[in-house]
Amino acid sequence: MAGSRLAVARTAKLYVRGAFPRSESGRSYVVTSHDGTFLANAARASRKDARDAVTAARGAFAGWSGATAYNRGQVLFRVAELMEGRRDQFVREVADAEGAAADDAAALVDAAIDRWVWYAGWSDKIAQVAGAANPVAGPYFNLSVPEPTGVVAVLAPQRSSLLGLVSVLAPVIVSGNTTIVLASRTRPLPAVSLTEVLATSDVPAGVVNLLTGYPAEVAPWLASHEDVDAIDLAGAVPLPGDEPEVSWGDLEAAAAPTLTRVLRPAGDGPADAPDGAVEPDWRPTPDGPRRILTFTETKTVWHPKGR
Amino acid sequence: MPGFEYAPAPESRDVVDVRGSYGLYVGGEFVDGGAGSLKTVNPATEEVLAEVAVASADDVDRAVRAARKAYEKTWSRLPGAERAKYLFRIARIVQERARELAVLETLDNGKPIKESRDVDVPLVAAHFFYHAGWADKLEWAGLPGRAPGATPRPHGVVGQVIPWNFPLLMLAWKVAPALATGNTVVLKPAETTPLTALLFAEICEQAGLPPGVVNIVTGAGETGAALVRHPGVDKIAFTGSTDVGRQIAKTLAGTRVKATLELGGKAANIVFDDAALDQAVEGIVNGIFFNQGHVCCAGSRLLVQESVAEEVVTRLQRRLTTLRVGDPMDKNTDVGAVNSRAQLERITELADSGDAEGAHRWTAPCELPDQGFWFAPTVFTDVAPAHRIAREEIFGPVLSVMTFRTPDEALTKANTTPYGLSAGIWTEKGSRILWMADRLRAGVVWANTFNRFDPTSPFGGYKESGYGREGGRHGLAAYVKEA
Repeated sequence: MAGSRLAVARTAKLYVRGAFPRSESGRSYVVTSHDGTFLANAARASRKDARDAVTAARGAFAGWSGATAYNRGQVLFRVAELMEGRRDQFVREVADAEGAAADDAAALVDAAIDRWVWYAGWSDKIAQVAGAANPVAGPYFNLSVPEPTGVVAVLAPQRSSLLGLVSVLAPVIVSGNTTIVLASRTRPLPAVSLTEVLATSDVPAGVVNLLTGYPAEVAPWLASHEDVDAIDLAGAVPLPGDEPEVSWGDLEAAAAPTLTRVLRPAGDGPADAPDGAVEPDWRPTPDGPRRILTFTETKTVWHPKGR
Repeated sequence: MPGFEYAPAPESRDVVDVRGSYGLYVGGEFVDGGAGSLKTVNPATEEVLAEVAVASADDVDRAVRAARKAYEKTWSRLPGAERAKYLFRIARIVQERARELAVLETLDNGKPIKESRDVDVPLVAAHFFYHAGWADKLEWAGLPGRAPGATPRPHGVVGQVIPWNFPLLMLAWKVAPALATGNTVVLKPAETTPLTALLFAEICEQAGLPPGVVNIVTGAGETGAALVRHPGVDKIAFTGSTDVGRQIAKTLAGTRVKATLELGGKAANIVFDDAALDQAVEGIVNGIFFNQGHVCCAGSRLLVQESVAEEVVTRLQRRLTTLRVGDPMDKNTDVGAVNSRAQLERITELADSGDAEGAHRWTAPCELPDQGFWFAPTVFTDVAPAHRIAREEIFGPVLSVMTFRTPDEALTKANTTPYGLSAGIWTEKGSRILWMADRLRAGVVWANTFNRFDPTSPFGGYKESGYGREGGRHGLAAYVKEA
């Protein structure tokens, strides 16, 4: 008879260096569904957790950026394969988190899976689209290629818990960057499930590290960290109607002393305007590889030609 | 040096289920052929592997109609992202069935199992994987003739004719870009190596590919000719001999059918005196004895700087005595069987002309099996540029060695050929590599390596080695309309 068995609840943990630790602070916070039902106590990451995640990401960079583009493409495709197998779980979690109808949640999950496939395909194309053989006026071979920037911090979108997350995560790692992601504060559970997919796919430990918690407690430390090379501020935009928990302008300022590359949130206004930044609709296929290229450096190689 | 004997290490053929007879694959079904059948044999044993249907002109017509119907009803209407997912599926199934494909390829072709297992089949999967990614990104490929950002349009139905030297790999080079760009295909494999193409048809079924998107018509030259001249075909892609390439170019002259031709070669592999010689010797061996020399881009002409010529030839001959020639199914075999009796006769005849014209023949000491088609690794020295073995494509394990003194002389000799598919350069001096590469009239130039292939890297020739490129961004251009 239904209800005669008590379900086993999952502990929502962080994902760092391929393992699932709780916060070193011992803290957690309550995550509820869209209608206020208790869902889980998520780990509430601290400054120290953030620093540990940066170390993990840096440690994974040499291996991941040194893998062939073909290999990285296959690994991303494998993530899509494994997500497909957990599709029902993701649909349920997205529906709970975002208050979406089942059909809409399913469409969001399908789009998230297809987004991995789309970015997987870019792995060995991005250098062909963004690289160039430069015809310099002299006897020199001259070639420019995009290379990953390094360790990238990502503030995942607050509203779109899964599709938004995948849309900002995949373009960062496909080129060989490693990353620390801060999940949506109020909707972190699809992100936690995604880390369980990543852990059982072929993504090497440390390439993706996921923190759950409060942006105001974590984001400033990621922005100012000397070993973070770039930061995506998509998640600095609050849910519609909410007050911002962090100012993206302040985060950009915190990133400036180390010339950390900043991807500002979408929108036209400055950081101090109430509607200056918006969370975009993540459903359409991106208009090209812009997000990938934001987190690459162009390297140009010269070599003389002569007998 | 102590000698260690190799124990036999045969690959099992249990993984493959070779059927007694095969039909054509048309419109998603296996059907009988109207022009009888042919037998395909294992060139290492002369054992008949299977009887394969021969497609008549009517069969080819049915296949072209099936491809047209699939193009109009399903394939051209699918979004690129969905086409991509079919190609990803095919790539994955190729990976899953890799061993089976490798064993079947080696049985039907005669190439060493270590090559079909480690080179051909992984490259096949990589080719589908790479092109899958393009299917929904074509507007970013920078293809000519379209406004920037506009989605390029496919031709429609593509006819493809492929050779016997890399049967499944050549299929992948043809089918993957055609499907990624939205075309449907009718493919004719070579008459001596049809089996992996027919197994590929099963893979298309497992992938759920809509019927008619890929059609496979087996047969010999007449079947290929019927496909090339069929009025319902919008584009022809051919890999094979320069002679047949010329016929195709003539057949298509005055029509609006597009063609890409990947034909013969007579590549120069140029070794300078400052090269790392052991590394160069490995590259020379790989260049001409890989796949029994049945490689259109094989480094069949070795140009060595005079001051190191003796040294290089000595080291080369020493290395060749260690090559293991024989059973292609043995995992330690380096050089397998020649693909057919006809090809063996061609190689034998050309090698004999080397003797007759005054070159000096050296043959690697090895015991050849009694059954099957075999040609021991052979090196000719004292070769003059006018000798037939320096000019004509042998397509076998025969290397012609010539010498040069200066980079300019090396260039002149390298470029003195109607072919222009590939070339190799061996030197530790980077500026010289690039200087030479600029001046070599060849579509692919390898420096301090040879016979490297990758789906991201365009491949194809200058001059009578054909036109068009396969692989990379440039390879896509052949499969979309120019305007």
